[in-house]
Amino acid sequence: MPTLASLHFKNRIYYVLLAVAGLVATAGMFAVHMMEEHGHIISGMNNQIVWGMPHVFAIFLIVAASGVLNVASIGSVFGKAIYKARAPLASLLSLAMLAGGLTVLMLDLGRPDRIIVAATNYNVTSVFAWNVILYSGMFSLVILYLWTMMERRMNPWNKAAGLAVFVWRFVLTTGTGLIFAFLTARQAYGSALLPPMFIVLSFAWGLAVFHVVQSNIYSWNEKVLNPDILKRQKNLLGIFIIGSMYMVATYHMTNLYFSHQTGFEHFILRDGGVYTNLFWWGYVLVGNILPLVLIYFPGLGKMKCVMFASLLVVLGAFSLLYVFIIGGQAYPLNIFPGFTVSSTFGDGQIGSYIPSKYEIMLGFGGLAIAFIITTVSVRVLNFMPQDKPYISD
Amino acid sequence: MRLFASLLLCCCFTLAWANDSSAPKPDIGKGGQCVKDPQWMRKNHMHLLKHQRDEAVRKGIRDDQISLKNCIECHASIKDDSVIARDDSFCVACHRYEAVKIDCFECHSGTRKTAWLQRNAK
Amino acid sequence: MSDVNSQRRNFLKTSLGAAAVAIAPGMLLFQVAQGKSDGADAKVRWGMLIDTAQCKPGCNDCVTACNKENGLSGGIAVTDSQWIRKIDLKDISTGREISLPMMCQHCENPPCVDVCPTAASFKRPDGIVLVDKHRCIGCRYCMMACPYKARSFVHEPIHDQNPDVPRGKGTVESCTFCVHRLDEGTQPACAEACPNKAILFGNLNDPESEISKKIHSVASIQIRADLQLNTGVHYQGL
Repeated sequence: MPTLASLHFKNRIYYVLLAVAGLVATAGMFAVHMMEEHGHIISGMNNQIVWGMPHVFAIFLIVAASGVLNVASIGSVFGKAIYKARAPLASLLSLAMLAGGLTVLMLDLGRPDRIIVAATNYNVTSVFAWNVILYSGMFSLVILYLWTMMERRMNPWNKAAGLAVFVWRFVLTTGTGLIFAFLTARQAYGSALLPPMFIVLSFAWGLAVFHVVQSNIYSWNEKVLNPDILKRQKNLLGIFIIGSMYMVATYHMTNLYFSHQTGFEHFILRDGGVYTNLFWWGYVLVGNILPLVLIYFPGLGKMKCVMFASLLVVLGAFSLLYVFIIGGQAYPLNIFPGFTVSSTFGDGQIGSYIPSKYEIMLGFGGLAIAFIITTVSVRVLNFMPQDKPYISD
Repeated sequence: MRLFASLLLCCCFTLAWANDSSAPKPDIGKGGQCVKDPQWMRKNHMHLLKHQRDEAVRKGIRDDQISLKNCIECHASIKDDSVIARDDSFCVACHRYEAVKIDCFECHSGTRKTAWLQRNAK
Repeated sequence: MSDVNSQRRNFLKTSLGAAAVAIAPGMLLFQVAQGKSDGADAKVRWGMLIDTAQCKPGCNDCVTACNKENGLSGGIAVTDSQWIRKIDLKDISTGREISLPMMCQHCENPPCVDVCPTAASFKRPDGIVLVDKHRCIGCRYCMMACPYKARSFVHEPIHDQNPDVPRGKGTVESCTFCVHRLDEGTQPACAEACPNKAILFGNLNDPESEISKKIHSVASIQIRADLQLNTGVHYQGL
């Protein structure tokens, strides 16, 4: 039993945490204000690298927001009890990350004051415009789903809502992948492999975020997760990591096979400097190998290990997205196949990009928003997973 | 009750009067009337501009009379050839008074075209 | 009963049609008197034929003319707008060197228009691809989608624009074929400025136009023709 003093102490820590997150979010808002005032000149983005750090953060948050719902789907759609107990927490995380990611994406626009234009003028051929619907639909569906779980009278609708969320989230991640898959002219993108790749990546990243939050909630409440449940969950994470590695490997291997793509692949995998390093050390080693060791190596795989592994997966996710989004744009467009080209506009040259502090502030601002939503909700509502005595199903 | 209402009305009137004395006095430039009377224009100029801009940009239907350029041509200050340069410039004076942000000049020039051409002749 | 109704309907239709025919010329006159143009003609397709043999390496006149006409700074930093640029090419297998101007290719099926979430990127009836800056929210997806890297994002506040060429911070922009000049009946600035007349501008849909005749008689290609965008800009001697 926690003592009164320790509860007081925790209470104080809680408010300190909230205040810190609030500060980070405010710093993000300040960055937005500066970008509004001075234009994107103060960001590292330019006419060659048009999407930068904010997009890395936003896409991570959105993809993970969709992936974390996997936990809920396994419970609601496939009827696994231990996951069902975690569905409310997963839904909350999804909402929080979606809110954070969308905020970053929206505030990075050149004219965020005109966001209403995106709703009043709708271009049906634009996958961005589809995503506007997919994101807002996801938001409302997840709220509905949460309602069916937390309000007893709505419980009968839970299965239906769970199924709807399950379907919607696949479509949503497909939509996120399609943003890149439809860019036919760019070597890095324009591949039908991207939507499924994003779906598998979302499984791993979402579950990793879930693990981090879950272990923190458990230790905050001085509870211990049933080792059998932990074992199942960490094995699932391991499988998702292997799956995502497989998808990324396939994407690069197919590219290596097409001779018109080898230049790009050599750039990412061998000659790209920071991108190559981030790919091999950041994504492959830190984001995949180390977590797999932490999960599967005999003697490891305890709560702490799994949480650490999950954090590494998140780090790897950022590395991969940095390589994918920024590295993908840095490699020059092949406008004249068979020619070497040079111009004043960066034709034929590797694009340069150094993220500015404002972009990073904006990105962390999005993370802070997700953090604040999660912490406050976990405190005021009951999101703690309620496990019945464990039965293997 | 009636007393209260009339008192309130009185207040409004005095307020209105007070406001009137501080009403904006924009520099109307060359001025003159070409589209509609000033009272109508005060109320509706934005609708004309908005309609015109969509027609002009998207369909290429350029209406010389109600184009922003044409407004500026006559209403830019004679002193500095601009509708936005000073606090009492033609657009700024009222928009500041009403606290309505003008978005036009984020992209559009607020300078009379003839003056701009002269300045940028070389 | 239904017969009567349909007769009545027909009568109404014809009389309305007749009225329209009677009024239309008057309306047209009214509009002309007011100085209102008819707008972009859907029967027209503006295009260019660029003769790379005539384009001198090192010559930058088209770029300078474009910058002056459209009020671009002329800076070549990574954040500066460049609507037209000179590209120096060298054939990897033969070593042949070519120089050419590159700008928005004004595709018939422009990817930028497909991807724009707010339909700010659009194609005018006469084939010119433009950005409606009243709608552009600055998401830069069109820049990602353009195979020619023709678009620039305005990274800084801009002052003292050309009154004919509005440009502003936070929106995307690109070559407009000098649409403001075109609507007044003059040629794009780059075509006019080229000392060697390497840029031929005209209506691709008019079989009598100089550009149409030349395209029929000399070999020309569209860049990245494999993407099947049917660009309005053609290159000769590439």
